Amino acid sequence: MSTLLFTDEAARAAARQQFDAVPMPSRMEESWRFANFKALDLAPFAEPTAPFSGDRDRILKGSTGLADVAGRMVFANDTLLSREVLSKELAQKGVIWEPLEVAAKAHPELFEAHFMAHGAPLGSAKFAALHAARVQTGTFLYVPDGVEINLPIEVFHWLSGERNATFPHTLLIAGAGSKVTLVDYFQGAEPDTAGLAIGFNDLYAGEGAQVNYVCVQNWNTATLAIQVNNTNVGSKATVKSLNVNLGGRYARTESASRLIGEGAHSDMLAVTASTGNQEFDQRTFQDHLAPGAYSDLLYKNALDGASRTIFAGMIRVEPGAHQTDAYQKVRNLLLSDDAEANSMPGLEILADEVRCSHGATSGQIEAEELFYLLARGIPQEKAQRLIVHGFLQEAIDHLGNAALGARLGELVQAKLVR
Amino acid sequence: MSQSKTELNLDRSAGDFSYPEHHAFDAGYGLTRDTVNYIVDVKGEPEWIREFRLKALDTFHAKPLPTNWATKDLETLDFDKIRYYLAHGQRPTRSWDDVPDDMKQTFERLGIPEQERKFLAGVEAQFDSEAVYSNIKKAIGEQGVIFVGSTEGLIKHPEIFKKWFGKVIPTGDNKFSALNSAVFSGGSFIYVPPGVKVKHPLQAYFRINAENFGQFERTLIIADEGAEVMYMEGCTAPKFETATLHSAVVELVAMKGAKIQYVTVQNWSSNVFNLVTKRAIAHEDAEVKWIDCNIGSRLTMKYPGVVLKGRKARGEVISIALASNGQHQDTGAKMIHLADETTSNIVSKSISAGTGRATYRGQVFVPKHLKGCKNNTVCDALLINPDSRTDTYPAITARGTGNAVQHEASVSQISADQIFYMQQRGLTEGQAMSLSVNGFVNDLVRQFPMEYSVELKRLIDLEMEGSVG
Repeated sequence: MSTLLFTDEAARAAARQQFDAVPMPSRMEESWRFANFKALDLAPFAEPTAPFSGDRDRILKGSTGLADVAGRMVFANDTLLSREVLSKELAQKGVIWEPLEVAAKAHPELFEAHFMAHGAPLGSAKFAALHAARVQTGTFLYVPDGVEINLPIEVFHWLSGERNATFPHTLLIAGAGSKVTLVDYFQGAEPDTAGLAIGFNDLYAGEGAQVNYVCVQNWNTATLAIQVNNTNVGSKATVKSLNVNLGGRYARTESASRLIGEGAHSDMLAVTASTGNQEFDQRTFQDHLAPGAYSDLLYKNALDGASRTIFAGMIRVEPGAHQTDAYQKVRNLLLSDDAEANSMPGLEILADEVRCSHGATSGQIEAEELFYLLARGIPQEKAQRLIVHGFLQEAIDHLGNAALGARLGELVQAKLVR
Repeated sequence: MSQSKTELNLDRSAGDFSYPEHHAFDAGYGLTRDTVNYIVDVKGEPEWIREFRLKALDTFHAKPLPTNWATKDLETLDFDKIRYYLAHGQRPTRSWDDVPDDMKQTFERLGIPEQERKFLAGVEAQFDSEAVYSNIKKAIGEQGVIFVGSTEGLIKHPEIFKKWFGKVIPTGDNKFSALNSAVFSGGSFIYVPPGVKVKHPLQAYFRINAENFGQFERTLIIADEGAEVMYMEGCTAPKFETATLHSAVVELVAMKGAKIQYVTVQNWSSNVFNLVTKRAIAHEDAEVKWIDCNIGSRLTMKYPGVVLKGRKARGEVISIALASNGQHQDTGAKMIHLADETTSNIVSKSISAGTGRATYRGQVFVPKHLKGCKNNTVCDALLINPDSRTDTYPAITARGTGNAVQHEASVSQISADQIFYMQQRGLTEGQAMSLSVNGFVNDLVRQFPMEYSVELKRLIDLEMEGSVG
C-alpha cells in the first residue's frame, strides 16, 4: 500500500482524504497540554510547494557537516540536488542508500514492512496524515546484517521560498549486528520566509545493531516544524538518538523509542537553544515492551528571550517487561525573566522488578559559577555563553562521537552568538 | 520471585458493619432542581444559598467528566442512582446523652469517645450527612474558636462564612466541586481568631451508612492572623455492593502568619468513589500542611493544593497511598506560587499491591517575575506484585530566573533478598513484607499525630500480613 504513494495517484488521493478525515489536535488532549494552538495554522501552506529556484551552489556549499563522511544527500524543497555515493565496497556488501521514492519502487517488500508502520503515537496523527499525503522524497538506508559503516552518513533538507512546505522522510533499517550513524540536517535557505516542515522518520535496529541518529533542526524562525520519530530497538541492540533543536517558530518533536527485544538499549538525548519568541514542544515515549531492556533520556533546554519550552516524557513499562531499567531527566536553564519552561515527566509502570526514576529541574545560572568566570576577566556576556554551551554540550557528549560532537557544539554556539 | 508473591487479599471486615436505616429526611434518588430545593428547605437555609446551589447545579450539568486525563472508570458513575441528601433530621447535639444508641455503638467501634477522653479538643462526628454530635471543650470555646457544622456556620456566622466560602475553590473549578456546591451537607466550619493557638487537634469522623448514598461534606477552615490549628479527619465506611460516591470540598484560609495542618486518613470501603477537592490559600508568612493518607475506596481522586498568595508563604503536602486489589489511588498535590520567596514541598509515597494502581498527579506553577520561589517534589513508588501498577504525571511550569524547581521520582520493589534475609531471622513472609513496607513509609508516617501513626502502622500490618501465607 505505502509504496503506491509514489506510483499511484489514487493512493495519494486516498492519503489526502485520510488527512481531511483526521481532526486537528484539541486542547482536551493531554498530548497537547501547554501547546500553543495558534501556532498550528496549516492554511497558508495548502498550495503545492514551488520547486527550488534559489542559488544551488550556495545551498551545496552550505551542506557540510563533517569533512569525513560515508555519504551525503542534499535536498531542497523536496527535490534531490546532490548525492555523493557511498564507497563501492559498501554497495557490494549490500548496503542500499537511495532516495525514498526510488527505494519504494526498487525494494517494495522492505519498504512496505517499515514505512510509517507505527503512525504517530504521541499526538500528531493529523500531521502524520499530511506527511503521507504530501511526502515526495527522503532517504532510505538499509544496512545488511553484520555490515559496519564507520563514518557518518549525512542528509541535508533545505526549505526555500515563501509559504512553502517540506516533508522530509528518513527510513533506516539496520540489520543484526550492523553499525551505522546517520545525521539529518534541516536548514532554512532564507532567514524569514514563512514555512512548514513536517518530517517523519522510522529507525529499526535489528538484533545487536548499533545505530546512532542525529537530527539537527535549524529551520528559520518563521517555520512551523513538526517532527515525528519512531525508533524500534531490537534485542541487545543499542540506539543513541540526539535532537539538536535550534530553529523554528513553533517546533514540535515527538520521539518514541520502542524497546521490543530483550536487553535492548536506548539513549535519547536532546539539546535545545531557545531564543526570542521560539516555542519548542518535545514529547517523548520510552516504551518498554520486552523484559530486561534499558533506556535513558537526557533533555537539556536553555531558554532566553520570551521563549517557551514544553517537555512531556513518558516511561511506560508494559505488562511482562520485567527487569526494566528506565531513566529520564530534563534540565531547564532559564536565562531570562520572560522565558517559560514546562515539564511533564511521566511514568507508567505495569511490570515487576523495575528500576525507574525521573527528574525535572528548572533553575538559572549559579551566581558563583558566573562570578568565577568574571573574576578571571571574562566579560559577562561571554561568560554566560560559555556556561550555557557547557550545559548543552554535556548532553551532546553522551553521543560518544568526538568529531560529530564538536561539530554539533559549533552549531549550538553559532546560535548562542546570534 | 514472581511466584513467591501471593495475591493480596485485604481484610476489610473491620469496617463491614452497619445499623438499620431510618432516615427522616430523604431526597430520593437522582439530581434535579427539586432535589436542591428540597435540601435547602429541609435544612432551613437562607435564600442566597439556594441561589448558590442552583447555579452550581447548572455548572455541574454543563461540565464534562474529566476523562480526557482521568480514568474511564468515572464513566461507570450513574448520577441518577445516587441519593443526594439523607439525614436524621437532627440538629447537631452538644451532649453525649442525646446521641441515639445505635450511633453511639458505631462511634464506640471507631473509638471516638475514648480518644476524646485522652486529648481531643472537640468532636464533630458526622453520621450520613448531618452532624449528630458536636462538642467543643470549654477552653476552646472561651478562646473564641468556632467549630460547628457547615450549615450552622453559614446560618450563624454569615459574616465570616460568606467571605471565604467558595472563594478558595470556585464552584466551576471542576465537575465534582460543582456537584458538591449544589448538594453539600455536613462537614465542618472552623474559625480561629487572631493569635489563638489551638493546642489539641480538632477532629471529625465521617461515615457513609446508606446504600447508593453519596456524601458531600463541605469544610471551611479559617485561621486568622497568627492563629494555629490542626484538623483531623478519618474515614471508614460499611461495605455495600453498589458504588457509593463521596465528593467533598475542603477550603482552608491561612491569614498572615497563620498555620494550618489538615490530616486525613481515608479508609472507605472498596466500592466508594472518593472524588475530593481540597485547596488552601496561604497569605503572607502563613504555612499550610496537608497530611494525606489514602488506604480505602475503589477510586480516589484527590490533589490537595496550596495557593501561595503572600510573601514567604509555605505549602506542604505529605501523601501516602496504598492501592490494593481493584483499587486506584489517584492522588497528588498542587502548588501555585503567586508571591516572592514562597516555598513548597511535596513528598509522596505510594504502594501498589495485587492489581492495585497508585497514581501521582501533580502541578507546580511558578509564574513570571517572581523571585526566590522554591519547590521540591519527591515521589517514590513501591510495587509489590507483578500485576501492580504505578504512574506519575507531574506538570511543572517555571518562568523567569531566580526560582528553583525540582522534581524527582523513583519506582522500586521489595527485593527478594530483603525478604529472604528477614525470613532467615525467623520472620514469616507476611511479617517481613509488612516490615519492609512500613520501613518504606516510616519517615512520612512519623509526621502524623501519634494516634494516627499507630493506627496507620497497624493498618499496613493488617493489609500486608493478610496478604501472604
